[in-house]
Amino acid sequence: MHPVFKTVLKRLGLGVATLFVVSAIIFSSISMLPGDFGEAVLGQAATEETVAAFRDELGLDEPAVVRYFQWVGAVATGDLGTSFSGRSSSGVDRSRPVVDLVGPRLWNTLFLAGVTAMIAVPLALLLGLTAALYRGSVYDRAVNVTTLTTIATPEFFVAYILILVFAAINPWFPSLANVQADTPLAERLYRVALPAMTLTLVIVAHMMRMTRAAIINLLASPYIEMARLKGATPREIILRHALPNAWAPIATVIAFNLAYLVVGVVVVEVVFVYPGIGQLMVDAVTTRDIPVVQACALIFAGTYILLNLIADIIGIITNPRLLHPR
Amino acid sequence: MTSDLLLDMRDIRIDGFSDERWHPIIKGVNLQLRRGEVMGLIGESGAGKSTLGKAAMGYTQPGCKLTGGSILFDGMDLAAMSEAQKRPLWGTRIAYVAQSAAASFNPAHRLIEQTVEATNRAGLSPNGNPREDAVELYDALQLPNPSSIGARYPHQVSGGQLQRVMTAMAMSPRPDLIIFDEPTTALDVTTQVEVLASMRKIVEEFNTAAIYITHDLAVVAQMADVIKVLRYGEEVEEAETRKMLTAPEMPYTKSLWSVRGLEKPEETSDDLILEVKGVDAAYGVVKVLHDVSITMPRGKTVAVVGESGSGKSTTARVITGLLPQSGGEVLFNGEPLPPQLKNRSRAQLQKIQMIYQMADTAMNPKQTVGEIIGRPLEFYLGFKGRARDARVSELLQMIELDDSFFDRLPSELSGGQKQRICIARALAAEPELIICDEVTSALDQIVQEGILKLLLRLQKEFNYSYLFITHDIATVKAISDEIVVMLEGKVVEQGLKSDVLEPPYPDYTQLLLSSVPEMDPDWLTNLLDARAG
Repeated sequence: MHPVFKTVLKRLGLGVATLFVVSAIIFSSISMLPGDFGEAVLGQAATEETVAAFRDELGLDEPAVVRYFQWVGAVATGDLGTSFSGRSSSGVDRSRPVVDLVGPRLWNTLFLAGVTAMIAVPLALLLGLTAALYRGSVYDRAVNVTTLTTIATPEFFVAYILILVFAAINPWFPSLANVQADTPLAERLYRVALPAMTLTLVIVAHMMRMTRAAIINLLASPYIEMARLKGATPREIILRHALPNAWAPIATVIAFNLAYLVVGVVVVEVVFVYPGIGQLMVDAVTTRDIPVVQACALIFAGTYILLNLIADIIGIITNPRLLHPR
Repeated sequence: MTSDLLLDMRDIRIDGFSDERWHPIIKGVNLQLRRGEVMGLIGESGAGKSTLGKAAMGYTQPGCKLTGGSILFDGMDLAAMSEAQKRPLWGTRIAYVAQSAAASFNPAHRLIEQTVEATNRAGLSPNGNPREDAVELYDALQLPNPSSIGARYPHQVSGGQLQRVMTAMAMSPRPDLIIFDEPTTALDVTTQVEVLASMRKIVEEFNTAAIYITHDLAVVAQMADVIKVLRYGEEVEEAETRKMLTAPEMPYTKSLWSVRGLEKPEETSDDLILEVKGVDAAYGVVKVLHDVSITMPRGKTVAVVGESGSGKSTTARVITGLLPQSGGEVLFNGEPLPPQLKNRSRAQLQKIQMIYQMADTAMNPKQTVGEIIGRPLEFYLGFKGRARDARVSELLQMIELDDSFFDRLPSELSGGQKQRICIARALAAEPELIICDEVTSALDQIVQEGILKLLLRLQKEFNYSYLFITHDIATVKAISDEIVVMLEGKVVEQGLKSDVLEPPYPDYTQLLLSSVPEMDPDWLTNLLDARAG
């Protein structure tokens, strides 16, 4: 077996182990929330019998360890449980499976993240590489100042400015990004234009600056001087001699920012009333809808682990020392 | 050799930027080179030889600038051309071979791609096809598996092989001029011989002019038709190689030539301070020492010689306890030393001190000389306050420095001074055994001589025992009483200096000794003839 394949398997195993640890942390921190689940969900008016029945149904009287393993076991088979919401003090149960709640929201979030990534990643790479190529020039400084300004501005403020300019003054895009499951693709793209633009402005700076720094860091290497003395043009030096050695740090930063697009954009979702998973989780926390909170937290953790794993693998396969051992 | 002039550098002046201002590095040097001629450029570090060599391409490093002079290469003034104008010449008509091949190859590309990069860019087709030609060059440079080695990545071949691939890379477009910038300095002597021979062969074969930069006189004697000596950015003298070697005119050149004259009469003793008995050691699962046994007489110098990877430094790590051995034992004054550093008593630690190759990295850059030398005085001997300062000042005198160094930081010292401070730090612990790990290999020859003389004097006065690890046979001749030859983690032989350095030799000792370049310009030719015959 190729050693790289072995390394990837090892990382994958570590990723699963990490996910396991995270699930334990999620479960125990939620268990530590104050108050009684039953009363919190069913409301003050619930009768004692209803609450007791509810507790019994959920097995809340079982020890935490038992409940944890029941939950993990269910999750492992794809069963995320049943939402607490939809129950009422009267005992009427209109609750839905967590999968049905989380699924469409997750899809929306991934759609917005994907659209943003498709704009932001190439843009950041292009800006980073050109800034490195013309380092110290007016262009370099302009790119740096602009991206730093956008990253330093709170994202809700960026969002409102974009709404002001592109929805209020010039009514080109909708200020509300309310999409439904059956919204056609073109319409969807049109509606997420402003949130995607906001997120692009927020994440481009970090990726662009890391690309620039990774490249410039390599320019002091003896092999770059050698390339110059072999007559390579500045463009060849950046693209052919520096970039192939810079993928690992760049991939790490891209992974970090893509993960942020999935797990950290609740503020932008709220501003544009976009039905993403961030809003779902915040709502679930306020209503004590524990199965939904746990499912969201697990998805977030999985996203981080998966994206970092991909960044690791990119780092390995772009390093000839690891890909072609002696 | 034809008489037509290829390169004519006149009154070259180059400034370098450091400490917030510009300093002159090259102060008006002239250099003329004819087609097919090889010029050796020698001098100590800081003499400006590398800067001048690169200037022959019209290139100055970042942080340097050409402030005057003209560089006529085949009639074109490189000094007046922009980088975009010079670029078509670089890598095609003028090629560069760097000191560290390992760092100068791009780790991301295969060797063959890098070999033909400049040739392909210029659309040249030496011998029909650049790739096929590269394979022929690999073959001419005696690289193993010339047809397949190009498919390898830089980390997959050895340093000596990389250096030859780089020579092939330089030769691929058939340049008029190659700048060799210390190309064999980082190599072992046995490897150096092969690389030198193949470089010389190929330069002769294509009648390429070359500038060969080195600090090693014996190496330059094998390569160059003429030698130019530089010091402090100025020319000291230039002459034909044979004349320069036999009759140098300037006192500075003579002093360079005389360094190798240091000699010490050998002595031995039956009183053993250290016995390494059948030691095995491993890094993880890789076994690096096999049944190593070394004895050290008290108050004498035992030199451990061998190529990189032969286990010299690992042996030192076992003796100091940094790497516990997996078998065998180390006796110090007849008592076995615990293998683990943490199990050794403070007295045991105190009696064995170490001096390192890189004085730079062996000192805390934020501590003053007084703190650096004072620390072992406090730690081992309990000196405090004024008593400590007085002792530091004594130690400074012992290493031929004065109290004005007390408050200086390592960054304010020269390379030789730094190494002296490291020696003083070792002496401060009042050791019996000092392990010197390549302590002079990072220093210029004249500075080396000073350090070696100091160590010899201290040994005579205080009866220290030195375990001297080195790959430099000249150093060994200068300072040792006994010699241990190591190869691939085993001891090849141990004996008195005169026994080891004179025949009959084991095969490996013979190879090692015969590979050390001598000042005779015919040495390489004779050696190759002898090995071929």
